[in-house]
Formats: sequence, structure tokens, C-alpha cells
Amino acid sequence: MEPATSKWAGVMAEHTVRAFTEQLEALASSVAQMGGLAEAQLADAIDAIARRDTARAENVVANDRKVDELQQQIEELALKVLALRQPMAVDLRETLAAIKIAGELERIGDLAKNIAKRAIVLNREPPIRLAQSLARMGSQSLAQLKAVLDAYSDRDPDSAELVWKQDGEIDEMYNSLFRELLTYMMEDPRTIGLCTHFLFIAKNIERAGDHCTNIAEVVYHMVTGGHLAIERPKGDTTASARIEKKD
Amino acid sequence: MMSNSANQYAVYGMNRDAAFWAALRRVLWAIAAALIVGAAAYTWLGFRGLAGAVVVTSIAAISAGIGERRQPAATAEEPAQADLTVLSPLAREMLERLPDPLLLVNGGDRVLFANGAMREVIGVGIERKHISAVMRTPAILDALARTAHTGEPLSIEFSVRVPIERHYKAFTSRVSADPSVVMLLLHDLTAMKRAEQMRVDFIANASHELRTPLAAVAGFIETLKGPARDDPEARDQFLDIMGTEAERMRRLIEDLLSLTRIELNEHVPPRGDVSIEAVVKQAAAALAPLAKADHIAITVDCPEPVPAVMGERDELVQLFQNLIHNAIKYGRDNGEVKISLRQQQAPGRRGPETQVVAAVKDDGEGIPAEAIPRLTERFYRVDVKRSRERGGTGLGLAIVKHIVNRHYGRLQIESRAGEGSTFTIVLPAKKGAEKPADAGVTELL
Repeated sequence: MEPATSKWAGVMAEHTVRAFTEQLEALASSVAQMGGLAEAQLADAIDAIARRDTARAENVVANDRKVDELQQQIEELALKVLALRQPMAVDLRETLAAIKIAGELERIGDLAKNIAKRAIVLNREPPIRLAQSLARMGSQSLAQLKAVLDAYSDRDPDSAELVWKQDGEIDEMYNSLFRELLTYMMEDPRTIGLCTHFLFIAKNIERAGDHCTNIAEVVYHMVTGGHLAIERPKGDTTASARIEKKD
Repeated sequence: MMSNSANQYAVYGMNRDAAFWAALRRVLWAIAAALIVGAAAYTWLGFRGLAGAVVVTSIAAISAGIGERRQPAATAEEPAQADLTVLSPLAREMLERLPDPLLLVNGGDRVLFANGAMREVIGVGIERKHISAVMRTPAILDALARTAHTGEPLSIEFSVRVPIERHYKAFTSRVSADPSVVMLLLHDLTAMKRAEQMRVDFIANASHELRTPLAAVAGFIETLKGPARDDPEARDQFLDIMGTEAERMRRLIEDLLSLTRIELNEHVPPRGDVSIEAVVKQAAAALAPLAKADHIAITVDCPEPVPAVMGERDELVQLFQNLIHNAIKYGRDNGEVKISLRQQQAPGRRGPETQVVAAVKDDGEGIPAEAIPRLTERFYRVDVKRSRERGGTGLGLAIVKHIVNRHYGRLQIESRAGEGSTFTIVLPAKKGAEKPADAGVTELL
């Protein structure tokens, strides 16, 4: 039955390659979808602040569940691929990248949920001028997320590197906002409660930007096999900022 | 090896591997048939008959095997995928020329066709890609899946916020059930929404910022009608101040109208060919009298010719006029405003590109670090008093930012206390002579 055996081998090899490719594609597609969801959540959370839209904020909180579910699905699919296909080289890097990126996106989703929760609190108080600065910082984070997800879909290491380098802008906006909030609080202690919520929201937005650079590192490694430099220049100096009262 | 593979397929379900099982079944039937024929041949014709039966069945098996190898796909039970031949050439041409972006999606998840307008928004080379590689908006993906499954046409509104804010209404409808083809049509609502927003914003901004100078003028009028009526010195002084305030209000309204117009068109890609060198020189020439009054020299340094950019000339002239005007305003007297132009190769929004870099440097006092991120905010001033003295409206850099956005560029601000500031504009150069489809950015997701 010699000819029949090689016929079987031919048919099966074809099926194996096709099924494997389809699984890798399904993985990439799921990551892109999860990315889209994270983008929508972050965008809605920031809108909830900029437009004082509490209903939108509540939607964000409710939808966080979907983000978590997608992450679990991606992990399960990736584990199947690893266990049964034993991928190598770029396929292996792609599978690992999917797991890592899903993790980062889940964190971004959580940050969006926390921002939304605080937005609900903020919207009960009278509007504060600094909300616009916060919205601009949020837009910058969103732009980073969009750019890095595009880099993933396009398998483009140069765009990933650009995202990685640009995180400094968000850090600078955060520093600026931090100092201004301190000034606000010192001038009028009645605003301390409100300003503290602001600080947490700003910190969350800044953290979201950091997660984007993590995704950029993963994308770069996935495509090239190399690493972006270990030390990324960090612009956030608030951890060591001194607080001085001006007379 | 055989049994391992069989287990793998058992895990992933039968659908994709129906061909394998079908092939196996056929082979087993062939073996059974061969055994029966062999037994019959042996019984009636003896060994020679058995040998003959073996030869005949081998030939049959080989030819069946060759036949199978050629058509495994035919027995696969995958959903039928359409190819572009489902569209008549006339239909395809019609869809291609529609002004609204349109996408045809195969089987719920693969791009079958994208018309010209869609390619301009999303980029080229997206056919046969998975839909999620091209569009990530959850609402759209859900709508496409639902329409593919139920055949129900849907319409949803959604927005894209970065890099430029746009609003769309999307329509999905299933144009074919088997093979499954779903159509996605986009209708751009940006202009409409912007116009609404502009109206609201303009009224809010205008009333807020005009209130102060208007109050001052009203106050002086009161004083001139009353206590200072017969005081010629006071009259002269107050009339001077009123003149300044009126001029300030006029400049403010002009800047607001400018900003409104620019924001209204921010989402429209620029269409002209512009030489940045010519634009910079024009702006510098227009501001030469002002620079001369402060004894400031404007120098344009362009060691090599720089490529043209896709742009709206008037807006770019306004951009550089604003930057140079700022440099003159905040620069040291008897100092220098230096504008340098060069080109560079760097990653842009859509892969590596040639870029034109224009840097405007002044030698004034510099800008404190914490103020820099807020400079392009409307009506933000580092030092309100100084800005008013120099006739600033607080809108110059906001105008610059929106123009840069429209031109897919970047603005960088660097400054050191005591050493002056450098405002750098990076703009993508025009690609080749043909209509740049790659000037379109993936704004739509």
C-alpha cells in the first residue's frame, strides 16, 4: 500500500500546515480585536471626563468583563498552539507575543475602568479647568495605543520603536499636571479631595502609556528577534519632586 | 506517527479534516474490496488467479490514489469563499468609484474588496487580509459578524479620536448568503459634527476672552463721560488705552475665526504642492518690518534643497508666520531668529518616509519646562502680563498645532532657561508625482 501511504502523508501535511497557519491567524486576529476593545474603553473613559458623561463611564465599567474574557481566550488558544504544534522561530515568537500583549491590554483595560470609576465621582463636582489638560494627556495615550496596535498588525518594527521613544511626552505632561495640582491644593485646601482623584486619573493615563511601550517592545522582538535598549529614558520625575511652599 | 496525527485531528474537530477521514474510508473500502476479489480469485482460479487479482486491485488502488491527491480540496467542508469574479466588471467599476468608503467582507472575516475611497483611508494591500487587521472598532466587528450570521442590515455611529477626530455612520448589509459576502459602507459625518461643535465653541471662547477688554473699554467710556470729561490729558491717555484694547479685540476675533476655519477643515487631507523654503521666506519677508523695529535679524538657512510637501499653502504660511512672530516677540532685542531647513529619512505614520524638518530658533529667555506641554493649549500663556503687552492672543500655537495635525506632521518644542527656544516642525515630503494614496493614514479603526 505504498502509494496510499504517501497520499495520506501529502493530504495530512497539507492539512497540518493550513490548520496551523489558520490558528496563528486566529491568534493575531484575536489580539487585534482585544486591542480594539481596549482602545474603545480608554477612549470612552477619557470622553467621560472631557464631556462629563457619566453614562459613558458606567458603560466602560460594565464592559471590562469582555476585555478579561478575551484575554483568557487568547491565552487558551496560544497554549494549544504551543503544546500541540511546537512552533519554532518566528511562529514561536508570535505565539508568545500574543500572550504578552494580551496581558498588557488587559492591564490597559483595567486602567480604563478605574479612570471611568473616578470620572463618575468627578462629574458630581463642578467642572474644573484642568479637565482639559487631562483629556489632552489621554488623547496622547490613545494615540500611542493606536500606533502600537497598528505596528502589531502591520508587523512593523520601526513604528513600534517610534512609539517606544515617544512615551517621554506623556511623562512630561504628567509632571506638568502634577505640579499644577499641587499648587491648586496648596492654594485652596477644599479642593484636595477633587485634586486627589485627578492625580490618580493622571497616573492611570500615564501607566497606560507605559503599557503601550511594553507592547512596542514585544512587537519589536516578535518581528526582529532583537531587543530595544534595556533602559528607556524615563521622563516622569514626580517620584523625586520636592514640594515647596512658595511665599 | 499515524495515530499521533489522528489524535491531533480528534482534538480540533472533524470539520477541517473531513477530507482525511473521507480518504481513509475510501481506502478501507478499497482494501475490503481487494480482499473479497482476492478470495474469489483464489477459490475459482487458484494461485494464478490470486496473483492476477492482486495486480488488478493494485492498479485500481494506485489510480484511485492519484485521483484523490488531485482533489482533496473538493471534499473539504469549508464555507465557500467568494472571489472577485462574483462581481461583474460593471458592478466592480461602480463600487470602485463610489465617493463613500466601501468594503466587501468574505465569510464574515476576510476582506474581499475595498474601493478607492476606502483604500485612501485605510491604505493599500488589504485584500484577503483578516478584517481585524484592517479595522479594530468593536462595534463594527460585531455588526459585521451579526449581519453575516443573520442577514439583518445594521447601521451604527462611531468615532475615531486620534490622530484627528472623525465621526462616521457605518452601514452593514449582507449581499450574498452563500458564499457569504457582507458590505460595509461608511458615511463621513465629521464635517457636520465639527460645524456644530465650532459654533458652540466659538461663542463660548469669544464671549469669555472678549469680556475683559470690553469691560475695560466700557469703564473708560464711563469715566470720559463723567469725571474725566474736561481733562484733556486723561482723555488722551484713556483714548490711547481704548485704542489698544480695541485692536486687541480685533486681533482676537481674527485669530478665533482663523482657528475655527482651520479646525473645520482639519480632517480634510491637504492637496497642493508646497515648497517649504518658499513659504518660510514669504513669512520672513512679511514680518521683516516688525523684526527691524526690534533690531532682530531673521536668517533662513537651507543648505540643500528640500523636497515639496502635500499642503495647503495659505495655512503653511500662517503657521510659519505665527512661529516667526513668536520668535520676534519673545526674542532678545538685537538678537537673531534663525530658521533652518533640512530633510531626513525617518519612520513616519505609515512606514519610513522622507521628511522636511523646519526649526525656528530664537534667543530669548526660554520657556520653563513645566509650561512646555501646555503651550499649544488655547489661551494658555506662561506669563499673562507679558503676553498682553506684546499683543498676544493666546491662540497662535493652537493654530500652529491644528495646521500641523492636518498635514500629518509633528511639532517639537525645546527650550532652556536663558538660552532661547526652538520650535521644530516635521512634515512628510510628497511621495513621487502620482496621487499619494499613502498620504492617507489609518485613521479609521
